[in-house]
Amino acid sequence: MSTKPQDVEALVGQKYRHGFITDIESDSLPPGLDEGVVAAISQKKNEPQFMLDWRLKAFRHWKTLREPSWAHVHYKPIDYQDISYYSAPRAPANGPKSLDEVDPKLLATYEKLGIPLHERARLAGVAVDAVFDSVSVATTFKDKLGKAGVIFCSFSDAVRDHPRLIERYLGTVVPASDNFFAALNSAVFSDGSFVYVPPGVRCPMELSTYFRINAAKTGQFERTLIIAAEGASVSYLEGCTAPMRDENQLHAAVVELVALDNAQIKYSTVQNWYPGDENGLGGIYNFVTKRGECRGRNSKISWTQVETGSAITWKYPSCVLRGENSVGEFYSVAVANNYQQADTGTKMIHIGRNTKSTIVSKGISAGHAENTYRGLVKILPSAAGARNFTQCDSLLMGAKCAAHTFPYMEVKNPTATVEHEASTSKIGEDQLFYCLQRGISAEDAVNMIVSGFCKVVFKELPMEFAVEAQNLLSVSLEGAVG
Amino acid sequence: MLLEISDLSARVAGKEILKGINLNVNAGEVHAIMGPNGSGKSTLAQVLAGREDYEVTRGTVKFDGQDLLTLPAELRARAGLFLGFQYPVEIPGVNNVYLLKAALNAKRKAAGQPEVDAYEFLSLIRQKMKFMQMSESFLTRGVNEGFSGGEKKRNEVLQMLVLEPKLAILDETDSGLDIDALKVVSTGVNSLRDASRGVVLVTHYQRLLDYVVPDHVHVLSGGRIVKSGDRSLAHELERRGYDWVLESRVA
Repeated sequence: MSTKPQDVEALVGQKYRHGFITDIESDSLPPGLDEGVVAAISQKKNEPQFMLDWRLKAFRHWKTLREPSWAHVHYKPIDYQDISYYSAPRAPANGPKSLDEVDPKLLATYEKLGIPLHERARLAGVAVDAVFDSVSVATTFKDKLGKAGVIFCSFSDAVRDHPRLIERYLGTVVPASDNFFAALNSAVFSDGSFVYVPPGVRCPMELSTYFRINAAKTGQFERTLIIAAEGASVSYLEGCTAPMRDENQLHAAVVELVALDNAQIKYSTVQNWYPGDENGLGGIYNFVTKRGECRGRNSKISWTQVETGSAITWKYPSCVLRGENSVGEFYSVAVANNYQQADTGTKMIHIGRNTKSTIVSKGISAGHAENTYRGLVKILPSAAGARNFTQCDSLLMGAKCAAHTFPYMEVKNPTATVEHEASTSKIGEDQLFYCLQRGISAEDAVNMIVSGFCKVVFKELPMEFAVEAQNLLSVSLEGAVG
Repeated sequence: MLLEISDLSARVAGKEILKGINLNVNAGEVHAIMGPNGSGKSTLAQVLAGREDYEVTRGTVKFDGQDLLTLPAELRARAGLFLGFQYPVEIPGVNNVYLLKAALNAKRKAAGQPEVDAYEFLSLIRQKMKFMQMSESFLTRGVNEGFSGGEKKRNEVLQMLVLEPKLAILDETDSGLDIDALKVVSTGVNSLRDASRGVVLVTHYQRLLDYVVPDHVHVLSGGRIVKSGDRSLAHELERRGYDWVLESRVA
């Protein structure tokens, strides 16, 4: 290989591109967490009583829980009293009514991130909900979606405008008591996105939420709830970025998906939170609970994630396959470079008969990073004829990183079929030298090899984002071979 | 002189494998390097191609007037040095044609020539594939992914034909081929022979040399070239094995 260590260092120097800070006045709660804070958040959002009760119940439960320690990640204890649980850019009373009322600085922020919100510049065919710190600042294409009967709005708006749907579905997939971070989220979540696709409707465009953390010392706790009614289908994508700061910031989201009979939900994530610097200073702690329930027969939920950011990722997008013949899929590319730590995977819980799940996980480790796949395939006695296929591949770049695979299986029905394939390869010398010998530069070779490795996952992403994901990957790994 | 190797020594993982190689290859010539297992044939090929974990401890190599050993591997390739690998590696998910197009364009760019577009490239590669009697499926498959041993070797020769190197070093390109495949591969190599190019064949067997007739044959043993001759040397080796060469040297 021709690249000398110092060249490699220079290449790694490629900086996080979304690390700027928007200087904007915000309305924040002081750091600290008690019932008063929970009530204050609820009050700021003018929530109905049932929401406040729900939050308080979650908070009381959270206080009885201990932070989980089973994940293969290491970090200093988080001081939950040192975080601000609410931060929102100052806005006219009751929030902006239209884009014209949105602070130009906010619009400029999203413009800079490549997510223009203005009518004339909007991404064609993609409706965007833009969440800035604790609140949603704008949702595009609401009218067009409304005509199809699709509800796509911020979670706060949904609580106000569609309380029945919220009350009926909130916490039914991820109960407030599910785990430490889910309980915390349930108590203090401030915004997020809500999607309801009515029976028989194929959502006419891609839906997308763009999460941005801006304020310092603030946690972002968003909540996403997507419901696809009988025969409905929807494709949803979330993107995430944050400024570069030296202290760690907590992001503890909950995502719930519900697919009724014959419904399909495709949920894609391109996660690019600030990963910390090359010495492991700063970065986002991304502790997220994502779960979908195939509640109806013949329903399908498909998770695709490209995880390149965050100092620590702790996340297991899962499927509960309750409906007969329902299908769960999980396609993941997780990249960890420098001192990043990723512990990610999925759970496929087979309850219904003839349920099917597919897991394809691609882990890439570089630098001093730790990358763990943790997955559970559980086949309950009721799930006759259930089938799972799992494939976990790890790619190591350099000698100081590590990859771990923890596949758990519990099969309680003898008619089930479970297949597991795993591989670990070093990017290697051989592949790299082969490309170099053909005259291809080291950088191009690495990009080529890595994107080849990830190809099966990338092809699951919506077209518009596959390219973005590919670019993101090459930035994250630039020069990571040494 | 196309390639001029003087007193080349190299080690791998602290072990000295090459111990003073001298070899000159003129444009227009085909040289065969033969020798018993572990004699350093593949090491020589890898060192010339610029593999990093092979450490050159002594000697010089001139390639087309340039000091080869100071060039990184990709620049050696762009300058016209091609290595046909003994064990071509699989690169899953990377399209075979995509890699080859990137390789050709890297070379053209370095030579100040315009890059070929996808359309031009496709017609070029179709023509070469036909020549190598390869099926269309090679267009869509990953680099060496799931290829049989013979397919991999054919693919190496295909790449060589597309890249048109000044010097092709083919490391046991004949091993694992049945007789029909051997003929196809040989036809491929012969088609590249001309007055401006050189070929170095590393091989165990005389069989290949019936089809690609060398101008010079060298026996490598213990990291040195212990005997050189014309093509009749290959026949003699076939008949008598290597021992007599090694013994006569000792004596």
